[in-house]
Amino acid sequence: MRRWLWPSILLALLIAYPLVLSTPFQQRLGALVLLYAITASAWNIVGGYAGQVSVGHVVFFGCGAYAAMGAYTHFGLSPLVGIPAGILLAVAIAALIGVPTLRLSGHYFSMATIAVAELVRLIVTNTTYLGAAVGLSGPTVPRSVFDLSFISSLPYYYLFLAILAITLLITWWMTNSRMGFYLRAIRDSERAARSLGAPASRTKLYAFMLSAGLTSVPGALYAMMFGFVDPESGLGILISVKILIMAALGGAGLLFGPLVGAAILVPLEEISNSRFGGNGAGLTFVVYGAIIVLIARFQPGGILTLLNRLWARWKKPAAAKAPQQGAAHAP
Amino acid sequence: MSFVLVQVIVGGLLLGAVYALFSSGLTLVWGMMNIVNFAHGDFVMLGMYVAFMVFTLFGAGPLVGAPLATIVLATLGVVVYFGLIRSIMKGPMLAQILGTFGLALLLRYSVFWWFGANFLSLPQNIVGGTYAVFGLRIEASRLLAGVVALLVTLGLHLLLTRTSLGSKMLAVAEDATAAQLMGIRPDTMQAIAWAIAAGATGLAGALIATFFYIVPTVGETLGIVAFVTVSLGGFGSVPGALVAGLLIGVIESLSAYLIGAVYKDIVVYALFLSFLWFRPQGLMGKS
Repeated sequence: MRRWLWPSILLALLIAYPLVLSTPFQQRLGALVLLYAITASAWNIVGGYAGQVSVGHVVFFGCGAYAAMGAYTHFGLSPLVGIPAGILLAVAIAALIGVPTLRLSGHYFSMATIAVAELVRLIVTNTTYLGAAVGLSGPTVPRSVFDLSFISSLPYYYLFLAILAITLLITWWMTNSRMGFYLRAIRDSERAARSLGAPASRTKLYAFMLSAGLTSVPGALYAMMFGFVDPESGLGILISVKILIMAALGGAGLLFGPLVGAAILVPLEEISNSRFGGNGAGLTFVVYGAIIVLIARFQPGGILTLLNRLWARWKKPAAAKAPQQGAAHAP
Repeated sequence: MSFVLVQVIVGGLLLGAVYALFSSGLTLVWGMMNIVNFAHGDFVMLGMYVAFMVFTLFGAGPLVGAPLATIVLATLGVVVYFGLIRSIMKGPMLAQILGTFGLALLLRYSVFWWFGANFLSLPQNIVGGTYAVFGLRIEASRLLAGVVALLVTLGLHLLLTRTSLGSKMLAVAEDATAAQLMGIRPDTMQAIAWAIAAGATGLAGALIATFFYIVPTVGETLGIVAFVTVSLGGFGSVPGALVAGLLIGVIESLSAYLIGAVYKDIVVYALFLSFLWFRPQGLMGKS
């Protein structure tokens, strides 16, 4: 039961947050933190657990966003209907990228994901059916609750919290399944894992497809919350960057790493944007770049790994001291 | 063949030579250290801005700008090697990709912050006017860029294959420990490789700055062009990068002319992905 203690406390805190800090700004900030936490947690499955660094994950985010808005614009349906379509599309694209590149060294995979993201962005920008550079909009006036268009951020907050919980549960279940063990073995040494019979390429591909499908859901939610999607907000490379850095800062390959990263970076960005205006956007990404470089250089495991190590060091002297004192008193 | 088509192909070859120049830097580092520099395109972007600064501060053209950009970027390359690459090289894949990717963001948005997002350009006649060669109209700036880039890329190939420095670098690429036992310092050789690779991007940047648009995000597009060139030419191969660079320049120009300018990047990226599907070892690599 002990291992459920901390997640339960965390969940209670997250449920209480928008009720305690209840200004519209704080509630919106909370909702955004959760949204990015969902996205980064989904990335974490392939980037953290499988160790395959996707730099074009925004393409799956965009699948969800465009499917949701497309369902409304072209078929007059609730954006919710677009979610399954977005998931299928994302999984199909992931298979298309993953099959050839996951057999090669990890660099090819990263380069291919960048190229696919840019390719899709360029194609969408030049496709009138998908709104070209202007993008697609959702319903301006909600027709029913199923349009998921609310003025307050509070409904979004709890919706996102539920989706985050589901995403983390799927991740947790995956790490404890056969697939999770394969992934850990592959990440440590692909050659060793292969020689012991772990189907490396196939396992990485499944992880990528799972991650892609899960990433499209927050894309759809994002589009519903903001009421529109355009190539920049739905397919821009900077969203890939944010996803990547949040997971890496918190701790890639750790269940709660992306949530920690999002909880640090989203407020940072919102504050810098509101403080410095348009110029802040440039400065924010200078800081982001610096943070990524520093993580890579000094602490590739992220903040949670650092905290775990400090925690262990803090506990160890105490544990080591106790028997010594005992020994001193023994004779 | 129509006359315009020849004009388009020549234009593509001249631009392709510059692609080949900066891509050979990427392929050198990749072949030697098995590291992909995701900031490579942004190094080219910095070269462009150095050339732009040289013009705005001293009113000088590429004759001053190009050597200066080469030196500035080569220095940056050495600093990046000792400050970042040397430690992330031994780390996990995530750290390697994050490190250079973060560097790309840092460079791109520092320039964005400093110069703004506006498109800048150098005056059109900074190198000279437009010449008629065999009836083809060629801008002097493109001609200079293409010819210099071609010569330097060939020179780089000779340096790697015909000199003792080149042999030492290849030895380190083959087996760093064995090279060390032979009295070659892997650290020095790898730092030199970074200086050469980054210097090549500086030169290429200063050369295309005379006719290309200068904007902080140009590095993203150029970086992908470099990936395409390297994967087409086979990693680690400078002659491969040369052929692939020229080819991509021509394909880009032709698709811009035949289908439309907005589709040229789409064609190149699609080509890259189809290559990853069918021939990941590149045009000249062995399977």
